[in-house]
Amino acid sequence: MHDVAQFARLMQGNEAIVEGALAAGLRFFAGYPITPSTEISELLSARLPLYGGKFIQMEDEMASMAAIIGASLAGLKSLTATSGPGFSLKQENIGFAAMAEVPCVVVNVQRHGPSTGMPTAPAQGDVMQARWGTHGDHPIIALCPASVQESYSLTVVAFNLSEKYRVPVILLTDEVIGHMRERVILPQPGEINVVDRKKPQTGLEKYYPYQPGEDGVPVLANFCENYRFHVTGLVHDERGFPTASPEIAEKLINRLNNKIVDHLDDIVMSESWLTKDAEIVIVAYGAVSRSARKTVKEARAAGLKVGLLRPITIWPFPEAEVAALAQQVHTIIVPEMNLGQLKLEVERVAKGRSKVIGVNKVNGELITPSEIFDAIIKL
Amino acid sequence: MQNNVNKYLRAEMLPHIWCPGCGNGIVLGALTRAFGLLDCDQDNTVVVSGIGCSSRATGYLDFCTLHTTHGRALAFATGIKLARPELKVFVLMGDGDSTGIGGNHFIHAARRNIDLTAIIFNNSIYGMTGGQSSPLSPLNTRATTAPQGTFERPFDLPELARAAGATYVARGTTYHANMLTQLIRQGADHKGFSVVEAVTACPISYGRRNKMGNGYDMLLWQKEHGIPLERARKLEPAEMEGKFTIGELHKSDAPEFTSIYQRFIEEKQNNNKEERHRGVN
Repeated sequence: MHDVAQFARLMQGNEAIVEGALAAGLRFFAGYPITPSTEISELLSARLPLYGGKFIQMEDEMASMAAIIGASLAGLKSLTATSGPGFSLKQENIGFAAMAEVPCVVVNVQRHGPSTGMPTAPAQGDVMQARWGTHGDHPIIALCPASVQESYSLTVVAFNLSEKYRVPVILLTDEVIGHMRERVILPQPGEINVVDRKKPQTGLEKYYPYQPGEDGVPVLANFCENYRFHVTGLVHDERGFPTASPEIAEKLINRLNNKIVDHLDDIVMSESWLTKDAEIVIVAYGAVSRSARKTVKEARAAGLKVGLLRPITIWPFPEAEVAALAQQVHTIIVPEMNLGQLKLEVERVAKGRSKVIGVNKVNGELITPSEIFDAIIKL
Repeated sequence: MQNNVNKYLRAEMLPHIWCPGCGNGIVLGALTRAFGLLDCDQDNTVVVSGIGCSSRATGYLDFCTLHTTHGRALAFATGIKLARPELKVFVLMGDGDSTGIGGNHFIHAARRNIDLTAIIFNNSIYGMTGGQSSPLSPLNTRATTAPQGTFERPFDLPELARAAGATYVARGTTYHANMLTQLIRQGADHKGFSVVEAVTACPISYGRRNKMGNGYDMLLWQKEHGIPLERARKLEPAEMEGKFTIGELHKSDAPEFTSIYQRFIEEKQNNNKEERHRGVN
């Protein structure tokens, strides 16, 4: 048994992301200053060199995204961190990472928008941007931490999923979680599972960098480690070279997406609380799920059978969990600091089997437990 | 020499996609010969490119090659070079790629003096999209988006590079192909951010619209308008009107970014050990 006090620390969500990233093996960070994510850059500029890692403040957000893809191809686990407007600018190269299958992690500490909005105020307005921000059908994984502890643990998970499936992974946090201070227990080395990308067997006579393994994921060598090959954002064949073949294009785009769809059991995460006997369930993620938890407590105290489903991966969306609850409850309440982005997903999956009601707030303030409770009372 | 050079090409990827009369093949040839002169190690060299006609060159070169997004090649290359400073990194870009959409990355790579060798294929036009004016299109030249001629003054690429901090700057042409080979070789040998502008012909999308003739005529135009630096120095400004200097235009010494960073890492790690030793940490 650990002496908990020895490993307990009081820290910010953004700080916990830094600790999680270093524990996951981060060795390269490129970023551009933007509120409310800047602490991640500031801390890593001092911490990474101690690990022999590299930090660079790039000239803009596009360059930061490009630099982490370059560093990842060169073999280093890479991270960038930003917020709404910067996340928009990164989308171009997030698409490149998806197409060229380059592992990397992008933190988006969501703030109010659109545009410059209220830079220091929280929001959850980038749910759909995280899914569809870059053009074309592409795979993506987005994780939503709800505490400082989870900011740490999900950062580790983000790196692991990114390395395993060779996809960009978005850590979609928000200003509340990013700036909130809480007690966290830092796991000791060896206590966390760290996944590294597969490497090709050496001595292969013919190496096809984009030939998928049984899991649909190709085994790319790091640059200048035994193999010479081409990487492009153009549609490419298994050798990595551009092609205009409709058959190859169809196969490639399907494989890129299926490598996620075929592994939902491994990827999708959610947390259910008091849902077994629930007649009403709240679906909430990120900072808002903390308010929702309080609402559930109060509702239960008032004799109402209310439960909570908290999606941890919002992309891919926990469809099976929501579908099962839609069958069971009469109403699903979806509180969000946006005008109803994830609610669209809940409605899609619920297919009319239960009522779906949004509690929405876009004034830059966190939704309170009583605001969610009011929605229950009004039913 | 010839065999030595052929190994740098992915023969199975040829013929290339470039139009008849295009000068990009000559730039690729000069680059390939420069690899030969440098005795370039294919297993420790990365070639990065942006988007456009010129950037397809990476597909034909037998290295680890990275064909990136429009304008961003230098930013990808910065990530590679900082991650693995021991690798030699070349960056191939077009004129619109490097000075239009990628202009910011260009000046900042120069400012950092990061050890990359940037080769800009300057055909004065956006060729792949069919001939729109670029930031390097000379004033009053026609393009599909400048039917009466451009109103905008072009950058002087070597001047831009030098002012932004590049420590090796040269310009060559596809007519002066041997000189171009030497300039690329010298740029690659230089430790720091090296820029080599290669003036090349796009007869289809630029020459035709500006009545410059075919690829052969455009090579002769380069011969007549590209003036070696030593000769240019002896000419009156009026005699240089409409012409441009070629050769090594600037070379200076300045600390190189990844070397500075490497020293910073070592200092941080040493200090940390000392602090631990003293029980500070």
